[in-house]
This record gives sequence, structure tokens and C-alpha cells, in this order.
Amino acid sequence: MLQIECPYCGARAESEFAYGGEGGVARPADTEAMSDDEWGDYVFMRRNPKGLHHEQWRHASGCGRWFQALRDTVSCRFYAVWKIGEPMPASPSDEGRP
Amino acid sequence: MSGLRLGIGGRIDRSRTLRFRFNGRPYSGHPGDTLASALLAAGVSLVARSWKYHRPRGILSAGVEEPNALVQLGEGARTVPNARMTEVALVDGLVARSVHASPGVGFDLRAAVGWFARLVPAGFYYKTFMASQRAWRFFEPHIRDASGLGEAPRERDPDVYDKRYAHADVLVVGGGIAGLAAALAAGASGARVIVCDEQSEPGGWLLASDEQVDGLPAPQWVAAALARLAAMPEVTLLARTTAFGFHDHRFVTLLERRRDDEGDADAAAAAVAAGGISRERLWKVRAREVVLATGAHERPLVFARNDLPGILLASAVSIYIRRYAVLPGRRAVVFTNGDAGYDAALALHGAGAAVQVVDARAQADGARSAAARAAGIEVLQGHVVTEALGGRHVRGVLVQAIDAAGALAGAARRLHCDLLAVSGGFSPVIHLQAQAGSKARWDDEIAAFVPGAPAQGERSAGACRGAATLCEAAQQGHAAGIAAAGSAGGAAPAVATRDAGTLRALWLVPHARGPSRAPKQFVDLQNDVAASDILLAVREGFESIEHVKRYTALGFGTDQGKTGNINGVGIAALALGKPIAQVGTTTFRPNYTPVTFGAVAGLELGEAFEPVRTTAMHAWHLQQGAAFEDVGQWKRPWYYPRPGEDVHAAVAREVRAARNGVAMLDASTLGKIDIQGPDAATLLNWVYCNAWSKLDVGKCRYGLMLDENGMVFDDGVTARLGERHYLMHTTTGGAARVLAWLERWLQTEWPQLKVYLTTVTDHWATTAVVGPKSRELLRKLGSDIDFSDEAFPFMAVREGTLAGVPARLFRISFSGERSYEVNVPAEQGLQVWQAIHAAGAEWGVTPYGTEAMHVLRAEKGFVIVGQDTDGSVTPLDLGMGAMVARTKDFLGKRSLARSDTSRSDRRQLVGLLTDDPAFVLPEGAQVLAGAPGPAPPPTPMAGHVTSSYASPTLGRSIAMALVRGGLSRHGERVHVALRDGRSVTAVIASPMFFDPKGERQHV
Repeated sequence: MLQIECPYCGARAESEFAYGGEGGVARPADTEAMSDDEWGDYVFMRRNPKGLHHEQWRHASGCGRWFQALRDTVSCRFYAVWKIGEPMPASPSDEGRP
Repeated sequence: MSGLRLGIGGRIDRSRTLRFRFNGRPYSGHPGDTLASALLAAGVSLVARSWKYHRPRGILSAGVEEPNALVQLGEGARTVPNARMTEVALVDGLVARSVHASPGVGFDLRAAVGWFARLVPAGFYYKTFMASQRAWRFFEPHIRDASGLGEAPRERDPDVYDKRYAHADVLVVGGGIAGLAAALAAGASGARVIVCDEQSEPGGWLLASDEQVDGLPAPQWVAAALARLAAMPEVTLLARTTAFGFHDHRFVTLLERRRDDEGDADAAAAAVAAGGISRERLWKVRAREVVLATGAHERPLVFARNDLPGILLASAVSIYIRRYAVLPGRRAVVFTNGDAGYDAALALHGAGAAVQVVDARAQADGARSAAARAAGIEVLQGHVVTEALGGRHVRGVLVQAIDAAGALAGAARRLHCDLLAVSGGFSPVIHLQAQAGSKARWDDEIAAFVPGAPAQGERSAGACRGAATLCEAAQQGHAAGIAAAGSAGGAAPAVATRDAGTLRALWLVPHARGPSRAPKQFVDLQNDVAASDILLAVREGFESIEHVKRYTALGFGTDQGKTGNINGVGIAALALGKPIAQVGTTTFRPNYTPVTFGAVAGLELGEAFEPVRTTAMHAWHLQQGAAFEDVGQWKRPWYYPRPGEDVHAAVAREVRAARNGVAMLDASTLGKIDIQGPDAATLLNWVYCNAWSKLDVGKCRYGLMLDENGMVFDDGVTARLGERHYLMHTTTGGAARVLAWLERWLQTEWPQLKVYLTTVTDHWATTAVVGPKSRELLRKLGSDIDFSDEAFPFMAVREGTLAGVPARLFRISFSGERSYEVNVPAEQGLQVWQAIHAAGAEWGVTPYGTEAMHVLRAEKGFVIVGQDTDGSVTPLDLGMGAMVARTKDFLGKRSLARSDTSRSDRRQLVGLLTDDPAFVLPEGAQVLAGAPGPAPPPTPMAGHVTSSYASPTLGRSIAMALVRGGLSRHGERVHVALRDGRSVTAVIASPMFFDPKGERQHV
């Protein structure tokens, strides 16, 4: 049961959130110009790192807002959370608590 | 056979006698006893039979680490399998019996396994039953019957379990000296502290210690400490509460046992009848800081026949004597590899037993061994017990000298005894630390795994950190509490220092015949894993301790190897020739001790398992005797049977009424999303595959929603209510999914779009008024809406007043008839429904349910997403290619042009008309690719039946199916396979069976 910091509401239990997979994946602008392989990569392929992962989460049972996060998939430690539209924090905090 | 109750001392109430039954025999004990202590006091020794070899077993320990003494506690619905006797508080009327011994512990038929034990070592089942499957099928039920332990209750659990979420500044796990010191230190600062201890009386070892704390005898200090904690308003003390899981971000789960009448059926029944206290409570604690003061478990020593009844852990002997006033034997041998075992020798001596100590160390050091020698207790220094002697109870031991290199020397000697206390060192309880993510570290000096660097900032204190004395534990606990609460000072509980001496690591006592031939030297008592099994595993090439564990079943039991795992690691290390630090431990996973299913389920059972959603008209449907079906969490009327009608008759009547007169359907459950903003049409254009830019205000349009894979995942009619105002309908089951989908795209991809979504599903109650007489009925209700076809054409929406209530009417049709969906505020839904029903009486207005609704739409070939589609169906597959916009981009568009998505032989939606018009195809039936024939399986299939009904309108059966290349196969005859092996024939046709031009809804 992770504790996740919603940038709007503060720290809440994981059960209030819905996971949205890899974050920052923009829909390609000119889809017609893409080959089937390229389009397939966009639809199906996502990064699956052992380590820091740029993710998106939705506070489903709270404010309903989407936000982004940088989480270590091994330790489950969150290094940063930020609102959509804002840039990823330049130096995610390595101090503090997991 | 050997134990007795001491006349004085112990924390038992001799003024009250409790009566209980064990294996059908009556016994008695006192409040304060456990089932184990009461049986030992009664002289009972043989209490169990081991899991595999059915060897006689007795009580080994005084705590949660007990591997042998498991009982089926209580009877009937509240029976608990595999309860540990050492944890069961004795209550009057308690009933318990040994598990897994047949016919009884005294005489167990399956002990015969012991005669061919050499044929069934660890992992024998990996090498047997290879040649003959039939042999396995014969033996398997016998093997299954012979293994396993207690029985699960066969009746529904009558107890109530609940849960509590709690937040704490400091969570202290463990109520021994370290835990209490930490709780006192943290609590003094005013921090919110939760402290839990697994026993009914906190205090841990203090309750059996003869040392003094702050000048008080240890047990008295405990009472004073508990009183101080009780006086702190921010401190919550939970007794009988085990922390069983340490999860992410300092989320710790605790199980509180709230009743003290486990095993007593009468009290339990009375309590259930009276209601009130839950049986167990699951605490979910999020703590800012955690102090783990979880103590340590003593290890037995590994020598031949070390599993005989009458062999106990030395610390358990001390506990039984001092805490329970039970002397487990009159003539004792204490076998130890360190100073710790001498405490039992002193306790035994003090209680009047004859004691001899066998100390494996070349030289004794430590305060207790000095005290023992000073008391005149005989010590055989530099000796080991190589074998225990006896059949059903220990009656003696063989001892021999051991040299510095670990080899036996000199002649073997026999000592007589009726109690053998063993002490092989202490294993810190580091389960929670490991679950938190900390990697254990091997400390050679104390021969123990101690917590490594904390993974989540958790602090360990006391014996779980390797502290060997109360003094160290008190100081560590105090320091941890101070640090956790960030508080000022105060003093740790004062305990005199004591020299704990040194330990001689002794993982396996040598035997003259060698480990394979010697009588079994048990490592894991619960799973009957012997040293020879571990050596066998290593010989067979299993070098990782994880493999050794799985191959031998070491640590697999309900005790999770609490007394056996470290010995097993030590023996594996010897066999592998590696240092223990390199061998490591197996992975610790929750739960630390078994947790009741009921506690995990809590109160969310039965009707509370999932919310039930009902519409504003629900009471009316119930009163009319409607049958219901579940659609998602909603209860929807399925059909309304009249007296004497079965489902077919009712549905036929309902369908006919809709086609010929007027009928009414509660359609409130469909999803409704209010969409407003200047960019609303832009959003619709993205999410639907058809075009939305040119929809006039007051008009409705059907839309198909695709995922980015190009597959249909929802559909519905969306209406334009104003310049910048739309109302989107979704399927009942898809409402939440669609809203989440829209929000996801708006928030993460197009945050610049100005459009706002509100779910209004529950705000509006919807009655669909359907049939040729529908307009007349609505006019009769009185309205300011002009119902003429010019003013209110098909696929339009009008707002106004109906039957005196503000209403939105959508002229849309899922039946193919003239039809109006009347939306009113939900609070007035029932009133309007009833008004419609009353007004329609003159035309025989007929309420209809989802079954008739399904038939009506199927007669028209309208799809139901999720029934005729399954996430792999595109609009082109549905024959709706004309709907797909050509110019704009939309979600899923690019996928429709993929080579696979644009194949012409994809499964496509068609109608099927069986050659036998009375035969209704089963939904899901497979359509064969060819004719059925003698060819062996696999038989190629061409698709399957998605919807199938008897159509009252057409007087015959109809079906819809997805068939390969179906759109170009109209008129072809196909075979449909039935489950009994037969097949029937049907002709592929358009699914628009009735009124294909749609004239009836356009009227």
C-alpha cells in the first residue's frame, strides 16, 4: 500500500489512485505518416525499466486529477510528483523518506 | 508423564480452576495458563504426531515459534485449525484435539511411514511416479490424505471481523523490555504512539525473568510501565496483537485478537448471539516512524532423535517454571552452546529438579554459568549430546566429548533424564525488517542474522538487534524511542549489566554413524526435515538456499521455520563449504504468523461486498414482482412475469406490446455525461469515429467510441443541448470507463481544450416510452412540448415540462419503434413513471425489462457493445464502415488502416437464421468453417454466436454472430456446433431482420 503524494491533495493511500502507465507519451501529430510498425509502437510499446520510471497516476477516489511521478520500480520510492503541464523537477530529491 | 505444577509462584490464579478437554480427555488448569502450560502441568507430554513421519512429538517452546504442538481448537463453525498450544490462552470449556493423528496421538497408524522413511526423503516426489500415471492416480489421494494438518471449518464463519485504519507518529512492535522502553520514551514526548504485543500480557521475557528493572522485580516493572503508558492519552497499547506485515512506505498491518474465549464453544455462541465485540480486528497502520522490538527465538540443537517429547527449548523451560509455575521434568539435562542455557539450569535447580548441564564450549564464560557452578550444578564442559533416547518420551541422552575441531572424542556416556532443555543460540526475529526491504547481515560473533541497513528508516532495538541482555535491550529501546519521536531525554530503564558470555557455533552435532545413517537429526520439526535431507539437497546440486528450502520443504510449515531455518542455513553452509554470510537467508514474506481469512475480509461480506445501485423506480419494480438482472452494480428489471407466465411468455408479451401498442422501460442506468465548453465538439470529434462538427442544437447522433487500437469499446447517442452544451450517453456498464477515458485525454493530452465533464447518470431518471401509441400517451400527460413530427423529428431532443415536471425528451430508439426517452430529475422519477403507467392504461401500457429490450434491438440488428463486441471488433467489422469519418483524425483511426485491421476475412457481424425456425442457437456457439466431418480435432471455426433469441415479432428464432468474412457471405449456409457434439445449420443473413429500412421509428 504505497503512500502517494497527490500534487493537489497531499499524501494519500495508494488505494485512492489509478495507475496510468508510462507518463509523458504524447500522441503523435501526424499519424497518417506513420508506418504500421511505428504506430504499433505508439499503441502497444511502453518502457518497463528496472529503476526510475516516469509515470502518470490519477487520483481516482479523490480530486480526479492526473499527475506525473518519478518512481523507482524496485524500491517503490517516489522521487518526484508534479502536475501535468509543468516540467519534471530538475533534480528529483534523493533525500528524505522513501 | 513427567511434568507437574509447582505449589507457589507463577502468574496464574490458583483460586480459580478452568476445565478443558484435550483429545476427549478432561483436564484442568488456571487463569493465566496456556493450553501448553496446563497440559505440561498435568503431566501430558505426547501431544502431536509429526507431519510426514507421524513421529511422537511434544511441546518444544512457550511461544509463537512452536512447530509441534498444533491443535484443532474448538468445534463447529468457529474451529481454528493448527492453533499453537503455546499461544492458546486457557479458558473454561475449551476443547482441543491433536491434528493429523489417526486414530490418535497415542497410536497413529501412519507412523508406519517411519519404517520406510529411507524411501521418502526430502523431494522424493520429484523422482517417483515417473513411469506410470496410473500409479500416481492411485497413490495421490492417499498421499494427500496423509499429509496436511488441521481442518478448515465447513460452516460459514459466524463471527464479525472489522478493520481500523490508524496513523501514528511512532509504531512500536513488541512489548518486551525494548518495546516498552521505546514506547515510554516516545510517549513521554506526547507523540501519538501505537505499541503492540502478540501476547495477552505484554512484557515478553520480563514475565519470566528473575532480574530487576528500576529496582523492581521484572514482572512488577512491567505492570508499572503499562500503567504509565495507559495514562498517556496519545498512546494506544494493543495486546494480543501481532504485526504480521511490513509494507511500502511504513504501512504495517496488525492483527488484534479481541476475544478471550477461543476454543470455548458455549461462550462463543453466547457472544455471537449478543453481538458486540468483533472476534479479530485488522489494523492498517501508516506510521511516520517504526521501532521494531520483535525479540529473538531460541534455536534447538541438531542431534539424533532431537524430536522426542520432553525436549524443550531452554528459555521455554525457564518460562514454564517462572511464569506458569510448571516444572516440565524432575530430572533434567540442559544441553547448551552458550551462557543462555544456564538460566534454565538455575530455574530448574531452584524449583527442586536434579540438573546436569552439557556445555559444548571448551570453556564456560558468562555470568549465568558462573552462578550455576556456584550453585553446585554439575557441568560437563566440552561435551555434546549426540543422541536422545526414548520412545514416546525422552528417558536419557548419550553424551560425548567434542574437541576444538568439532570431532567427537572419548567414550559415549549415558545420562538419565525426563527432560532435556536445549539452547543453540538465539535468532533475532527480523521478519518485519526484511519485509520492509532491509537485507539481513550475518554477525559471526553472536552467530546470528541481524537487521542490516534499514530500508524505510525503521529502527530495531533489543534482542532482534542481537542484544543479549535486558540491560542492552532497555538502552536500545529507549534510544530508539527518543530518536523516533524526536524527543528530548529521560532515562532508560535501569538493569544491572550482565556478562552474556560467548557462543560456540554448533550447527550439527556429529554422530558416529554419520548424518545419513544416524537416527534422524531434525532441523525443521514441523515439516520433518532432517540434516540428512539438507545434505542430500546439496549433494544433488541445489546450492542456493532458496533451492534447498524448496527441495527439502525447510521452513514451509505454518511456523515458517522459526526454530529451524537458521540451523538449516548453518548446515547448508557447512555442506557447501561457504561462510554463512554468503549463503544468506531465504526471502521473508508476509504474513509473519497465519492470519484469519475473516480478518482480511472484514465487514465487506454478503450484501456489503459490493454496492448495489438501484434506480428511482426500483420500489415499483419490486412491488410488481419483476425478476432482476445485474448490469454492473445496477439491479435492472429483467422481465415482469404475470401470474402463470414463464420468462418466454412474459418476454413475448412485452415485445408485442412495444411493437403494437405502447410499452415502458426504466432506462435510468445508462451513463449520462454532461459536456460543456467551447471545445466540446472538438472533444467529440476526437473520441467518436464519426463526425460531430455539424450537429445542430436540439439534434441527436449515435456515436461509436474506439480505443487507440481501433476497437469499439462503447457506443451511445449524444445530443446537442446548446451552443456549447452536449449530453453524452454511454452503455450502463461503460459509464465510469468512458468518463475516465475522456478525462485522461483531456487532462494529459489536450489540457488546452476548454471543455468540462460532469457525470449526471444519477441526476436523471429515464423512462423510455416505446411503441406506435407512445406519442399519444405523452400528449395525454400534458406538456408544453410540440410532439408533431415536424417540431419533434426522430433523433432530436426537446426540453420542457411533462406531467408538471421539468423534463428532457430524447426521441431516439433502441427498439426500432417510435420511442421517446423521458428524462426527469431523479427525485421525480418514480412519480413520472407512475404517471406514465396510469396514463397508458387505456392502451395497455406494458412495463418491459432488459430481456425484451435485447430482443427488440436484435430484431433490428442493433449491436450491444460488450455482447456483440469483445474488444477485438472494429466499426468495419460491424458493417458500420460508412460511419467512419474520412478526413478528421480521431482516437483509433490510424489503427483501422493497419494490415490486420483492414483484412477482408476478419470476423464480421451477421445475422443467422436457423433452418429450423423453432431452434434457438445457444449464445457462444461456434460457427464451423466447413461441414462437420470425421476429421479429428482441431476443427477450424469461422466465428461464434453473440446474441440469440426467439423473436415474437418474426415468429421464429434469430441470432447475431461474428463470422469470418461474413459481410460478403449473405445467403450462405453454415453449421453451428452444439455442446453435445451435434450441429445445426443456419443461413447467413443481414441482422436487420425486421423493418430494415427503419420506417417504423421515422414515422
